[in-house]
Amino acid sequence: MKKKKRKMTLTRKRAITGYLFIMPWLIGFLWFYVRSLFMTMQFSLNVLEVRPGGGYTLTFAGLDNFIYAFRAHASFKQILTTSVANMLIDVPLITFFSLFMALLLNKKFHGRTLVRAIFFLPVILNSEAITDAMDLARSMMSGGMSNAAAEVAEAASSGVSIEYYIQMFGSLGLPMGMIEYIMGAVARISEIINASGVQIIIFIAALQSIPGSMYEVAKIEGATGYETFWKVTFPMVMPHIITNVVYTVVDSFADSEVVELAYDTAFTNNNYGLSSVMSLVSTVITCLILVIVCRFIQKRAFYYN
Amino acid sequence: MAKTTKATKATKNTKTFSVQKLKEQYMALKTDTQFANDRKRWQSNGKGFLIGLLKFLLIVGVSYVILGPVLGIVTSSFFSNADNYNPMVYMIPQEPTLERYSKASAYLDYWKTLSNSMIYSVTLMMIQVFICSMVGYGFARYKFPLKNLFFALVVVMIVIPTHTIMLPLYMTFANFDVLGIIRLIKGAPVNILSTPIPVYIMTVFGCGLRSGLYIYIFNQFFRGLPKEIEEAAFVDGAGTWYTYFRIMLVNAMPSVITVAIFSMVWQYNDTFYGKLFLISDDLIISKKIAGLTANIATNEKIYDPAIQQLYLDAGIVLVMLPVVIIYVVLQKYFIEGVERSGIVG
Repeated sequence: MKKKKRKMTLTRKRAITGYLFIMPWLIGFLWFYVRSLFMTMQFSLNVLEVRPGGGYTLTFAGLDNFIYAFRAHASFKQILTTSVANMLIDVPLITFFSLFMALLLNKKFHGRTLVRAIFFLPVILNSEAITDAMDLARSMMSGGMSNAAAEVAEAASSGVSIEYYIQMFGSLGLPMGMIEYIMGAVARISEIINASGVQIIIFIAALQSIPGSMYEVAKIEGATGYETFWKVTFPMVMPHIITNVVYTVVDSFADSEVVELAYDTAFTNNNYGLSSVMSLVSTVITCLILVIVCRFIQKRAFYYN
Repeated sequence: MAKTTKATKATKNTKTFSVQKLKEQYMALKTDTQFANDRKRWQSNGKGFLIGLLKFLLIVGVSYVILGPVLGIVTSSFFSNADNYNPMVYMIPQEPTLERYSKASAYLDYWKTLSNSMIYSVTLMMIQVFICSMVGYGFARYKFPLKNLFFALVVVMIVIPTHTIMLPLYMTFANFDVLGIIRLIKGAPVNILSTPIPVYIMTVFGCGLRSGLYIYIFNQFFRGLPKEIEEAAFVDGAGTWYTYFRIMLVNAMPSVITVAIFSMVWQYNDTFYGKLFLISDDLIISKKIAGLTANIATNEKIYDPAIQQLYLDAGIVLVMLPVVIIYVVLQKYFIEGVERSGIVG
């Protein structure tokens, strides 16, 4: 009896120490996240007015802000749908591109470290000002703004029209939606490459954690490279696809246009209630997408051990 | 090999054309194992070469997409006005000039802003490493009620975009008060916006820039360390804090380095918190660069946007340089850190 009591106190003691260790975060989370989430919800249901002496007054307005955002606001719905659509297009592209690149970079070759360093560079240079300048430099290098009109005219006169090729693939029986998707993917290739630095590294690590004996078995059983990929490599990296999808979704939403719109609405137009509505709606949509995608992949995922 | 040459010789010698002979030769070639082996080898060599070439081209192409704009910025920052207006000049300036750099660094107040910016990000990095490793350790090694729920909340913190809570944060720090204490002393809540204090407060309480991710990394890493180390320390009479600081943290060096580097670089690049809390441009160089073009344009009376862009390019190079130097020196830790220290679970 006595022994049991002492054991209890030890576990309790350790529990208290554990709480002490996580205490700073716990206070911060309650203070900045939980409280702020409630405040965002509260703001979204009210009209907020900043008082000149500091502080603010809330006037209850019901669902007016929501109704205004969805019925009357000039661009919110449009920006929201384009942001979500862009994300839905980008996520599979980034995931598969980074898996593909990871497969390429996984093999040993000369200059591997250098190539990896280059691929990781966009993660380091992710400052807003730098990326803006880079976008401009990119368009300058591919002809520049002054040349764009000339190029279009040239393309129209030279007889090589992209429309023709699209038509050709269309008449081959490929569905039009797929062709458009591929065209879109080609057009945004630089964005995709720049957004997949971390994902490539995660996939490389995942590939290296696959035991070599599995490949040996596949080889002895006479599996081709194609079969080995689909039966060994792909199932083994499946759990990491979830990690990557979550990372990509969060990352692409963090600098989407909805965020900018919400920021401008709050700090340029001083319409705090409307801005909260925008933030809330976009967050809820992000979370929904995350939950659905994770469920979808998790059903198909295979966990080693 | 010998048999093959014989077969080809035979084909050459036959001048009279007959189907029978052709058939015979075909059969001879078909049954010639030596030839078949050679052909297979050539085929697989050719295939290997082609795949290698394709890989090489792909990697070069993708690297170009990433490095291209960087090269463009660096080279055009050396362009003189004449180079910029000359359509023959591409990438390599004819009359390189350093004037862009001298102007850009003067308007950025480069060394002062850079050192301020560095102090800002390094101090935040140190707090970040200290707090996040502590929290990660708590989650990894101690059992307490609601632990799984709390850890799920850490993941929620990673997933929730910061912009959801930006308004309340702004309001909180515009009328800052802790449990009514400040009101008691000063009579009214204080406005601590436009100072870096809000960022420091949030970081101390484990809610800074990407703190959730760092907590996750540390948790993964500490879970991977053997328990025996701590047990040995405990038996030898080391207290909890001593064990944590002198033993566990030392063992977790790889993840400490990873988090430290990432935290510093991301903090240096971040403009979101800087903009939200209205922190002065002189403290954050990546925020100051945004106003550089307008500043130079109005003060130097440069009206051509193309020339303004050259100054911005020089400024961007100046801002990028420290980060790139850190990256080149510590490149190994960046990538290996992500691989090893458990972003991959």
